[in-house]
Amino acid sequence: MSFHPPMDYAPARFQRSGRKLAEEGEPFTYTPENQKKFDENVKRYPADQRKSAILHALYLVQQQQGYITGEGMRHVAHQIGCSAADVEDVVSYYTMFYTKPVGKYVLNVCRTLSCALLGAERVTEELSATLGIKPGQTTSDGMFTLMEVECLGACDRAPVVMVNDDWHERLSPEQCGKFVDDIRTRGRAVFSGCHLHVEKK
Amino acid sequence: MAFQPVLTNHVREPQAYTLDFYLKSARGYEGLRKALTLEPNDIIEQVKASGLRGRGGAGFPTGLKWQFVLKDTPRPKYIACNADESEPGTFKDHVLMERNPHLLIEGCAISCFAIGAKVAYIYIRGEFYHVQEVLERAIDEAYEAGHLGKNIYGSGFDCDVYVHRGAGAYEAGEETALIESLEGKRAQPRIKPPFPAVAGLYQCPTAVNNVETLCNVPLIVLNGPEWFAGLGPEKNGGPKLYCISGHVKRPGVYEASMHTTLRELIYGDQFAQGMAGDKKFKAIIPGGSSVPLLLEQHLDTPASFDHIQKAGSLLGSAGLIVLDETVCMVWLAMNLLHFYRHESCGKCTPCREGGDWLYKLLQRVEAGEGRMKDIDLLYGVANNIIGKTLCAFGDAAATPVLTTLNLFRHEFEAHVREGRCTLPAAWRSQHTVMAH
Ligand SMILES: Cc1cc2nc3c(=O)[nH]c(=O)nc-3n(C[C@H](O)[C@H](O)[C@H](O)COP(=O)(O)O)c2cc1C
Ligand code: SF4
Ligand code: FES
Repeated sequence: MSFHPPMDYAPARFQRSGRKLAEEGEPFTYTPENQKKFDENVKRYPADQRKSAILHALYLVQQQQGYITGEGMRHVAHQIGCSAADVEDVVSYYTMFYTKPVGKYVLNVCRTLSCALLGAERVTEELSATLGIKPGQTTSDGMFTLMEVECLGACDRAPVVMVNDDWHERLSPEQCGKFVDDIRTRGRAVFSGCHLHVEKK
Repeated sequence: MAFQPVLTNHVREPQAYTLDFYLKSARGYEGLRKALTLEPNDIIEQVKASGLRGRGGAGFPTGLKWQFVLKDTPRPKYIACNADESEPGTFKDHVLMERNPHLLIEGCAISCFAIGAKVAYIYIRGEFYHVQEVLERAIDEAYEAGHLGKNIYGSGFDCDVYVHRGAGAYEAGEETALIESLEGKRAQPRIKPPFPAVAGLYQCPTAVNNVETLCNVPLIVLNGPEWFAGLGPEKNGGPKLYCISGHVKRPGVYEASMHTTLRELIYGDQFAQGMAGDKKFKAIIPGGSSVPLLLEQHLDTPASFDHIQKAGSLLGSAGLIVLDETVCMVWLAMNLLHFYRHESCGKCTPCREGGDWLYKLLQRVEAGEGRMKDIDLLYGVANNIIGKTLCAFGDAAATPVLTTLNLFRHEFEAHVREGRCTLPAAWRSQHTVMAH
């Protein structure tokens, strides 16, 4: 029970944060493989510093269900031994964690200076037109999400697009339509990232 | 004698990232073997004598940094390798990690030995997933062959190297923010002092060093400090990686001595080979997006920490962004402020609010809706960020605005006067989004 006298809270007079909590989602636990990966990873840090493993733990959630839900965060909190608010604090800070479903291919177009000098803005426009979505949106068939991101650290190969964990380099605006079609048919084989081509691993 | 690359000499060869290759072709792990026969303090002295300066941005002498690491403490010590590489225009560290990962691992192990640490964490940015895979495979190889782990080469020295993947935050490159992120928190800087050398990771003494910095350490141990110092101008010794991007014919990562001038780097045959499309040179950002612009008259400056500073800018992370005559400086400042506004960690007000304000003002001027007093306001806001923030990010965010205003004020005024961007029409038509 509360000892506060009843008060008139006037919603209009308070500035309310526009922040929305992540959706709760389905009940979540790691698959046995992911549980094993987490248990391995947490050993990298001193025993009383389990929280250091939080980013890795969140990546595992994201791999497992595509994005991070409230239930996912609660599971991570349980694994780490911290509060769910601590986990949300971290999730909301880093740009690589998604709290909404994303497409099978997330096209992250770099928009920072070196890429912009070589036409990154046009690349975004073309991709946007080809896919019929704006940056930040996902196509209705769940295949593509378009995002604008800041410098990816590959400025010599501008304009760069990071697709999930791969890079595609030197994507000219004219190639965008074909690029999207190619991903639909050939998937990851399309990407020109030099890490995929320097030598066959 | 012409300069011979020593960090990147093998990066184009097949299998360069494997342990076998490293042992056979690059005198792999000989530096570590030699280091373990020395006293830790001797290694610090050697690094000091070599004049090695941090390659992450600040150019701080590495030996000195290690010397400051608290000695008499019962707590463990740590090396945190800064592989966050997010400064726009910088892309050197991933080449080293992807193609020469064992050099970094060896550097981490020697540095641990020198400061008395047993664990090194390599904090790699989340976007470098493919680099992380290479690095982790290399670490596994090193453990298997006994270059890492317990009692290395029977010397009694234990060393573990782990990779820690970030998740997309430029600010995680700042050393105390990196430590916070390693501890599993938001990447927001701490108030200094205490410096990481006294209370860093888990409140233990920590040295934070850039990838390229640590890669130089095995070479210094192996070849001696005099060799290293002799490679460059005074106090700017050693090999340096330059990242050249923007309007040049052949952008890329080039290794050179710090005697090399900016002009050679842009026009030299073995470097970027000149301006793309034979357009005219307008300006260069010599050290990543956070440093002031240099102009044509500065091109004969050697690209060393001290010379670039004397010319009025900073070598920073050696990310050279070359701009040709078609670049609108208002647009450039706007593009960069979009970056800084997005990446501000939000911990202190001048940076969090000021960055956003600057961006909005620049948007207005670029769209041709600005007023003359907006130009003064830009100065005012930027000057109220610079030097008034918790970390150097604030200065970095204000710099693109101040440097473009100082050197190209007439472009800002022209935007206001004519009510539109004054870029050559041909270029604008290629960049339709800029027509607003
Ligand atoms: C906002 C900001 C971002 C930084 N980003 C990086 C980075 O991405 N990589 C890096 O090595 N250093 C970065 N630094 C510099 C580090 O704080 C630190 O000086 C450096 O890692 C020290 O290593 P060094 O002495 O070997 O250069 C950044 C600094 C600031 C203020
Ligand atoms: S200057 Fe910016 S990035 Fe640095 S602590 Fe302040 S708000 Fe964060
Ligand atoms: S500016 Fe696009 S990768 Fe650096």
